[in-house]
Amino acid sequence: MRMMTVITAIALTATPLLPQTAQTRYVNLSFSGLFSAGGATVSGADLLALQSGAHDPRVTGFTVQNLELSLTGAIDPFLNGEVHLIFQIDAEGESLLEVEEAFLTTRSMPLGLQVRAGTFFTGFGRLNPQHPHSWSYVDQPLVNNRFMGGDGLRGPGGRISWLTPLPWYSELTGGLQNANGETAVSFLGSPEEELFLDRPLVEREAAGLADLLKTVTWLNAFVPSANLAVNVGLSGLFGPNRTGPDGATTILGADLFAKWQPPATDQGWPFVTLQFEGMWRQYDASANAEAGLPAATLEDAGWYGQVQWGFKRGWIAGLRHGQVYASGGPADGSADRSRWSANLSYYPSEFSKVRLQTNLDDGAFLDRDNIFGIWLQFEFLMGQHAGHKF
Amino acid sequence: MKPTYKIMRGKATLLAFLALSSLSARELRVVTTTTDLKSITEAVGGAYVSVSSISTGKQDPHFIDARPSYMIMLRRADLFIRIGLEMERGWESLVLEGSRNRKIQLGNPGHLDASAGIERLEVPTGPVDRSLGDVHAMGNPHYWLDPYNGRIIARTIADRLGQLDPEHAAEFASNAAQFTRRIDEAMFGSGAVEEMWAGQSNGERAPAQGGWSAILAPYAGTQVVTYHRSWSYFLRRFGLITVGELEAKPGIAPSPGHLLRLIDMMQTKQVPLIIMASFKGNKAPRMVAGKTGARIVKVPYSTNGNDVAVDYIAMLDQIVRQVAAGLKQ
Repeated sequence: MRMMTVITAIALTATPLLPQTAQTRYVNLSFSGLFSAGGATVSGADLLALQSGAHDPRVTGFTVQNLELSLTGAIDPFLNGEVHLIFQIDAEGESLLEVEEAFLTTRSMPLGLQVRAGTFFTGFGRLNPQHPHSWSYVDQPLVNNRFMGGDGLRGPGGRISWLTPLPWYSELTGGLQNANGETAVSFLGSPEEELFLDRPLVEREAAGLADLLKTVTWLNAFVPSANLAVNVGLSGLFGPNRTGPDGATTILGADLFAKWQPPATDQGWPFVTLQFEGMWRQYDASANAEAGLPAATLEDAGWYGQVQWGFKRGWIAGLRHGQVYASGGPADGSADRSRWSANLSYYPSEFSKVRLQTNLDDGAFLDRDNIFGIWLQFEFLMGQHAGHKF
Repeated sequence: MKPTYKIMRGKATLLAFLALSSLSARELRVVTTTTDLKSITEAVGGAYVSVSSISTGKQDPHFIDARPSYMIMLRRADLFIRIGLEMERGWESLVLEGSRNRKIQLGNPGHLDASAGIERLEVPTGPVDRSLGDVHAMGNPHYWLDPYNGRIIARTIADRLGQLDPEHAAEFASNAAQFTRRIDEAMFGSGAVEEMWAGQSNGERAPAQGGWSAILAPYAGTQVVTYHRSWSYFLRRFGLITVGELEAKPGIAPSPGHLLRLIDMMQTKQVPLIIMASFKGNKAPRMVAGKTGARIVKVPYSTNGNDVAVDYIAMLDQIVRQVAAGLKQ
């Protein structure tokens, strides 16, 4: 009876409150380190050609794939800011610093509008805007390397998006960015090679609005059942290229992401995700009198599809296949290629992961048989809790 | 200039009137992060609110993806209510920002943290870093599992609903009082509540004649083990004592070494019960139960966690009864 009285007293007596202390969050800081070790049945220049993504593991031995310092926070009641600085040690051992993204986003525009301005990843498809530590594999798909470039397509510019009043999530985005810089390889970017799709490149600077990179995307999200959520996106890129004054490139893409989860989940497990992206590129090359080349239209395409199975808390198994199809030229970077990848990832917590991946590439583009690669990846994340983006 | 000013002032008054009258003419659209907050908001808001919850009650509310469909739920919400204390930190800012809804952003009347007014447990006092696991720097966020806190949440929500819809503020306050009384009756039995409400007994001397209090009173002081540190508020309320968790550190999967030490401790202290949320995996608790003879009580810790937990009070009732049944055997 005495214990009953004590319990009752606890329930009915006003409990003292701890003071609610203010928390200043002017800048949220986080740092992500992404490393890998491994090799393939090719090495040296062939390995660089095989793993052509700038953040892919590209050397036999150890690779510092990505060291990323992120700063996020509200600038004032009207704007949010986001900065991502990349530190890297490249295949030659040189330290690099890149401003990967630095942009502001509006917080309070009416009518479902949102503006982003600064320098940022082009919102084309699903993977291009993602940072390497968010990838489900140790490397980029072949099609992203070829069309978006090894670093991903990004640059200074602005974009406006509109969350339409449709009953499902339907977002239209239009953007303008500079078409030059080393991260815009399909446009006025500066690839190391003097030829691109077998066409000689010339110096070309933007002369007007028509020479900027224009992006249009339409993202739709559906919830067909309580256990399933699906994103479907269509993207278009339009801009100039460096084959001459009339050179123009169009890239069109479609992407699909679906996630299935049972009603009851433990820390988000189990789940199955399906992701697919397909891209088609039309490269209108100017006539080049010096090289004796007439104007031409080159087309190529590529896709990847992947399945991730989070089968047990902390564990994910994945299988990916990707192909790119040549434009018809024999030059490096435009050949038919295909790759199978399988991996197993373990997350000891939300802030670290270990991943083992094997790749099997068709080696015909290097006049070889199949090329086998195996990579062990490790990631750590310090600082601000990362968002659970869908 | 003066007439123009008058016309503008007249227009502004008309617009404000129209805005207020359109708001009062329709239900307030409320989106909560959890089903427990939804259940309490429905009880308090009655016919003047329409409420939806982002989590389903079967998930761990910390581990939710920021689905675009949640942004659509929030797009036209008048009020967003969260558990707070970092429970939703993995996805809240993404869905709020993605909703493009200015009314519900942090700092606006349409953004309510239900933890205001709660006595927080396990607020760290020393240095905190992630070597300690997923420690919540603002305190343990599972406060809704204490029925007393359910009363506080109801009052907090009633106050905010009244601020957003002053015309019905009195009804919200009355509904909150009725909801509080339902909790009191469930906690102490209707006889004791009648006595208290009649002013015949003050709170400190109220007899625990029935209800949850009486069901669990015989087991007060019993030592139990939980899977995750989710049950601190519940256990404290009913006088049960936790002596360990299956997780060595909050949010980190149970390790074999830790489980062996836990088994040893449970055998020494003869711990009879393991309490866990229904979405947690069975492997580790079954192994520990098999070695120690402890019973497992696996219960939903959110409304709609199963078919029995149809509302907040039914959810707590199920937990109390299953814990009591586990301790009785």
